[in-house]
Amino acid sequence: MRFSRPALRRFASALFVSVAAVMIGAPATYAKTVNVYSARQEALIKPILDTFTEETGIEVNLITGDDDALLTRLRSEGRNSPADVLLTVDAGRLYRAKEAGLLQPIRSEYLEQHIPAQLRNSEGYWFGLSVRARVIAYATDRVDPETLSTYEALTDEKWRGRLCVRSSGNIYNQSLVAGMLSTQGEAATEDWIKGLVANFARPPQGGDRDQIKALATGQCDLALVNTYYYGAMLQSADADEKAAAGEVALFFPNQDGRGTHINVSGAGVTTSATNVAEATALIEFLARPEAQNWYAETNNEYPASKGIEPSALLKSWGSFKADSVDVTELGRLNAQAVMAMDRANWK
Amino acid sequence: MLLTACLIAVPVLVIVASLFQGFSPVWQHLLETVLQDYVVNSLLLMLGVGVGTLVLGVSAAWLTAMCEFPGRKLFNWALLLPMAMPAYIIAYTYTGMLDFSGPVQSALRAQVGWGHGDYYFPEIRSLGGAICMLSLVLYPYVYLLVRVAFSEQSTAVLEASRSLGKGPWKTLFLVGLPMARPAIVAGISLALMETLADFGTVDYFGVSVFTTGIFRTWYGLGELQTAAQLAAFLLLFVFVLFTLEQYSRRRLRFHHNSAQQKPSRIELQGWRGWCACALPLVIVTAGFALPAVQLATWASSRVGETDTAEFLTLVGSSFTLAAIASVCCLVIALLLGYGKRLHPGQLEHQAARVSSMGYAIPGTVIAVGVLIPFAWMDNRVDALMREHFDISTGLLLSGTLVALVFAYVVRFLAVSLQTVESGLARIRPSIDESARSLGKGPLQVLHRIHLPMLRGSLATALLLVFVDVLKELPTTLILRPFNFNTLAVRTYELASDERLADAALPALAIVLIGLLPVILMTRISSAATPYSSVRTQSQEGRP
Repeated sequence: MRFSRPALRRFASALFVSVAAVMIGAPATYAKTVNVYSARQEALIKPILDTFTEETGIEVNLITGDDDALLTRLRSEGRNSPADVLLTVDAGRLYRAKEAGLLQPIRSEYLEQHIPAQLRNSEGYWFGLSVRARVIAYATDRVDPETLSTYEALTDEKWRGRLCVRSSGNIYNQSLVAGMLSTQGEAATEDWIKGLVANFARPPQGGDRDQIKALATGQCDLALVNTYYYGAMLQSADADEKAAAGEVALFFPNQDGRGTHINVSGAGVTTSATNVAEATALIEFLARPEAQNWYAETNNEYPASKGIEPSALLKSWGSFKADSVDVTELGRLNAQAVMAMDRANWK
Repeated sequence: MLLTACLIAVPVLVIVASLFQGFSPVWQHLLETVLQDYVVNSLLLMLGVGVGTLVLGVSAAWLTAMCEFPGRKLFNWALLLPMAMPAYIIAYTYTGMLDFSGPVQSALRAQVGWGHGDYYFPEIRSLGGAICMLSLVLYPYVYLLVRVAFSEQSTAVLEASRSLGKGPWKTLFLVGLPMARPAIVAGISLALMETLADFGTVDYFGVSVFTTGIFRTWYGLGELQTAAQLAAFLLLFVFVLFTLEQYSRRRLRFHHNSAQQKPSRIELQGWRGWCACALPLVIVTAGFALPAVQLATWASSRVGETDTAEFLTLVGSSFTLAAIASVCCLVIALLLGYGKRLHPGQLEHQAARVSSMGYAIPGTVIAVGVLIPFAWMDNRVDALMREHFDISTGLLLSGTLVALVFAYVVRFLAVSLQTVESGLARIRPSIDESARSLGKGPLQVLHRIHLPMLRGSLATALLLVFVDVLKELPTTLILRPFNFNTLAVRTYELASDERLADAALPALAIVLIGLLPVILMTRISSAATPYSSVRTQSQEGRP
């Protein structure tokens, strides 16, 4: 078509500009680099990656995004993918990545010695780097912690209309149910979800912080939350948030039985990795005390490495027994968990 | 033109192609449990947002284009402000203000002494809440397009109606609205497509709609293929809807042959004027001022902690990306829209339609549609080069800004195309014919006649895409190159970690940068009314 030429020319020049922008935007070159796809958001990983670069001279390139979107990118880029390391915030996605053939096994004496077997893949495809616990938060003025015991007991009639939890679309809820599936089986788990839904104070909505605020304002008396949100609220610059968290305390359930549900954030080396040595060095670095303490201090997560003490704030909530189920199970059962929640009408 | 349309349609076709790859057993589960909920809620949401944007957008456009009242000039552009507010951000701010633990209800309880459960207060995190939030930020699409249509309508037609004894209200409903129908439909369909693609708002409010279903199927069930199939059905639905609408007005023409005059506005004096002023004031306050103040309050507590140099880089990259993408979209929209005018065949028509479907799909799904063909092509080139020259080219375009800009074009072409098309529809074909009969080629006609007449529509198209790209999140997140961030990405990461106060500063920056083109474009489109420039152009055209 005749008139299309100038238009195309303009488009071409626009493309040229954008290509040039990429070129100019290319960062200063180090001798060694490692490329990271991270589901852990920038603010919660970049500072420690910068420390890694300072200490080792290995440059880190970073893209952050949603777990599954990054997996899809990795998969379609295939063997030419620039990624060397995949960081996720959930064991289920590490399991999925391994199943899809996106990760390769690495040998690392340091990681094998320091990361407990339950928190890593036995063949070295991935390693857990921090632990997150999903616990019961309660309003201190209305609930006696003596009346709390297990996740299972939350379906008791005495909690009718008193429980707050976010939607079942959330990965932490899915993991919790997957953990239940793994230990209790399908029928019991589905009954449990139905009982839980029957006790909801309101339709599931908002995030974990919103559940804690709802406890403080009296909309409900119990909530299921991840520990680090509570920690972040206690340390918040926002006075209201801080005050809300002040009226709430945490209870670690199932201490006499299987233990409190945990999930991990972790990392693996990709199949397409060209910088395997650097990638391994980075994962080892993230398991070292400095990085492990940093996780605890900045995001109130529990260290995954053996022999490292949690931060003072985490310690003040007391130590707890963690569910010993292999976190890989959480990934394997995730889809089943979502279906069970669909059937039991957990919105 | 066909080639361009096909190229842009590739990601959409990749998604539609998923329908031919067999259906997994997960479908059985979806049909038995949640699918009905998704469909019903999505339809209700669309209905609500459709009505909401129609009422807000058309009334605001009629007032500012046709009436004279105190503050009209100010509202002319102030009514565009809510557009700069990402939907999920306004959802966060209103939740902050209106939910049970927010200041409004807390103050109410403190005043009256109520406790939890003692009183009724509308729940913001609900389907109704989502409809309000989306209507508040999406009505500018209708407003912008319809205002241009109103102000380009000849007063002669409207005055004919008035002189036949119809009052201003009847004139609006009998003449103004029917003649503006292409613009109204274009505006509402943009708003509805964006509604269907929205994830942030509905997810935060816990409303299960089709989009949340797509993500649940993908992320939760690990079924990307089924998720793509769901998205494909969404596309088919939108396609059918638009085809029906096009069909229903197939015999109608929306241009008129009367002489065009600068419209004279109806003077609203005294209390009428103040009433007219109240409506836009309420809209702008609810859609912009209140949430902006809330954001500013949150942001003010964080200003000192921000790394200025890094922040400026963010601003720079967001701005550049939005500018490049909006120009690309405009050029391609002109190409497609004009191609359709020159060759009004069924094929051209459908090609343009399909290539603009990307707007109705969630950005992440479109991103997958872009990822797959780009990576496939790069890997093929790489394999060829290795085979023949023993050189590995790696990934040439995947993971560069080229792929990202392409994705933006796929996603936002609908916006510029609808705008350009509704502008072109109002230009009488007889103008083209006279110019062509005077020996001018199609390119010259475009350059000397259509472009000047379309100035308002073009400015609108640029502005809309610019602001959309500025706010765009999911596509950017997944397709961007290493170490590349935008304001929207920063905002989202902080907000998704429930750090609203930290997210407020980048969110506010999006809003402020979005303001720049709003003001600029208003200047451009009001500096020269289309009619005066047309007259000089056509006079020059005389032998």
